[in-house]
Amino acid sequence: MKLKTFAAACALATTALFGTAQAQYSGDVIKIGIITDMSGLYSDIDGQGGVEAMKMALAELGGSINGKKVEILYADHQNKADVAAAKAREWFDTQGVDMLVGGTTSSTGLAMSAVAKEKKKVFLAVGPATSALTNEQCSPYTVHWAYDTVALAKGTGGAVVKGGGKSWYFLTADYAFGTALQNDTSAVIKANGGTVVGSVRHPLSASDFSSFLLQAQGSKAQILGLANAGGDTVNSIKAANEFGVTKTMKLAGLLMFINDIHALGLKTAQGMYLTDSWYWNRDPETRAWSRKFFEKMKRMPSSIQAADYSVALNYLLAVKATGTDDADKVLAHMRKTKINDIFAKGGFIRDDGRMVHDMYLMQVKSPDKSTEPWDYYNVAQVIKGEEAWTTKAESKCALWK
Amino acid sequence: MEIFGIPLQAFLGQLLLGLVNGSFYAMLSLGLAVIFGLLGIVNFAHGALYMIGAYTAFMLTEKLGIGFWGALVVAPLVVGAIGVVIERTLLKHLYNIDPIYGLLLTFGLALIAEGIFRDQFGVSGQQYAVPDLLQGATNLGFMVLPNYRGFVIFASLAICIATWYLIERTRLGSYLRAGTENPKLVQAFGVNVPLMVMLTYGAGAGLAALAGVLAAPVIQLTPLMGSNLIIIVFAVVVIGGMGSIMGSILTGLFLGLVEGLTKVFYPEASSIVVFVIMAIVLMIRPAGLFGKER
Repeated sequence: MKLKTFAAACALATTALFGTAQAQYSGDVIKIGIITDMSGLYSDIDGQGGVEAMKMALAELGGSINGKKVEILYADHQNKADVAAAKAREWFDTQGVDMLVGGTTSSTGLAMSAVAKEKKKVFLAVGPATSALTNEQCSPYTVHWAYDTVALAKGTGGAVVKGGGKSWYFLTADYAFGTALQNDTSAVIKANGGTVVGSVRHPLSASDFSSFLLQAQGSKAQILGLANAGGDTVNSIKAANEFGVTKTMKLAGLLMFINDIHALGLKTAQGMYLTDSWYWNRDPETRAWSRKFFEKMKRMPSSIQAADYSVALNYLLAVKATGTDDADKVLAHMRKTKINDIFAKGGFIRDDGRMVHDMYLMQVKSPDKSTEPWDYYNVAQVIKGEEAWTTKAESKCALWK
Repeated sequence: MEIFGIPLQAFLGQLLLGLVNGSFYAMLSLGLAVIFGLLGIVNFAHGALYMIGAYTAFMLTEKLGIGFWGALVVAPLVVGAIGVVIERTLLKHLYNIDPIYGLLLTFGLALIAEGIFRDQFGVSGQQYAVPDLLQGATNLGFMVLPNYRGFVIFASLAICIATWYLIERTRLGSYLRAGTENPKLVQAFGVNVPLMVMLTYGAGAGLAALAGVLAAPVIQLTPLMGSNLIIIVFAVVVIGGMGSIMGSILTGLFLGLVEGLTKVFYPEASSIVVFVIMAIVLMIRPAGLFGKER
């Protein structure tokens, strides 16, 4: 027994000594990784393009930080929370990954955030939409970077009601994300004096939406809110046009990316409102960066891909400034540094882990107003950072009290 | 007037929409039934062939400027030719062994095809316009039906009936049916059975492609469109009775209607109602509604 305690003490002492004697970088290399949808329905908005955006950030910093090699890893979570969590655990335990970027899908984001918290490693969530990441399930090691359901609801919901769209009907994907988005948006509509007259829930990846749209049309509401994503949103909008629903109701897409607009075409999508965290054609700086991205991927970057670039860049800058890849030190530095890059201007990280920056309410252009491929939006309104996100009064995060 | 608390007009509208979806189920399950009935192959590549049909139409427009009507003829021929190649090089080695190998092979082919298209086109999808002739919608009094959807019902019914007639009522069809019952005997009478089987698989693939072209203007054109649909279509074939041609046509239309009504009364269940029916049918009539016990 005594011998065992002695051995353990020795071991502890050596690691402690070794730890201080060694350089400030675990494994003598800086490893960052992204776990996202590389092959499924969200792989166009993140996927390979997201990996490429991270590589662009690294290349801009010269390929290494303080003379240390930087490696970028990526893996496919197939939109499954268990796969994402297992991969994150493997990377932290056996690969020595220092920072993890969370790709698309809320369930995977929550799972990876929990693993990172347990392992005390940096987790920068880009793709997940759920506001729970900075609310009920907030963590000192998680920063939510690009967007969330609250900001989408406040952006599109608030603007449309103020613009006269008082009565709403929801077409909602029948799973956690869809109902969360519908509830968040309903709250905003009611707070602004609007009403919700009804909703219909459709199964995920429904084969046909015409039936649901006919029910929506019967409601006589002014606005049809689409609380779904990806292919489901695209198919609902297509059918809405085909059945003439767009003649009597205006559509509001609550989570749409530029790739969805590209798939729909401007003829079908014109006039729609949507909220996004970034748009490639916003200013000369974003345009220049996006053209570089286009050369590699043959499509313009989504907001998520731009945010992938932003997290990699700001993390590596923080590593450079602090001279270590220790999670606590790097995060402390990131929390007190303003974020200024092509993604965000004057952004900052709040105590609940929310990266606060401006959001944009966009209106889709008509085909004759679009001057080049991928020129799809007019920025209808810039939603200031202070107004876009969950407020301190609303927050249930214990770290922000 | 109301039916179960729903205005008659809305009720009729939903029935008609169900019929549109049912026509797609009928057309796809028909191809599956023909292939299973005559070759004994459970063709899991059917969804992929449907997707390739839709993408062929898309590429014909993009690269060669051939529109919808041309694609309706060319795409099934192209995909049919692909089917012939698959049958000649791969499937023909599997006829005398356990059907599970055919299932695995075609499933693998479907995954490969999806992967290739995903790599080439991404997953967000392409646009394919409704042909000019069928633009617009007609007010039927109880609902506004897009002209194109109306056309789909007529086209698919015509295709289904023609296929049924060819197989059940013509001399060629009787050779086909005899060839599957007893290939050796039919061969002895001087009929080229391998050629017949090859053309059958090609025709089944062509049917899937035809459905794909018809779907292209109304459904998001993505490499995953086949796998989203194929499971339901398999359920249709199982309910109708594996290998029964009329059975799969009628079951396809019927299930489209049932699904359409579920979307009104309890929308959350609309994606599983087909499988619930499948389970019940398998318990009561294991060979399916129109199948023969072997």
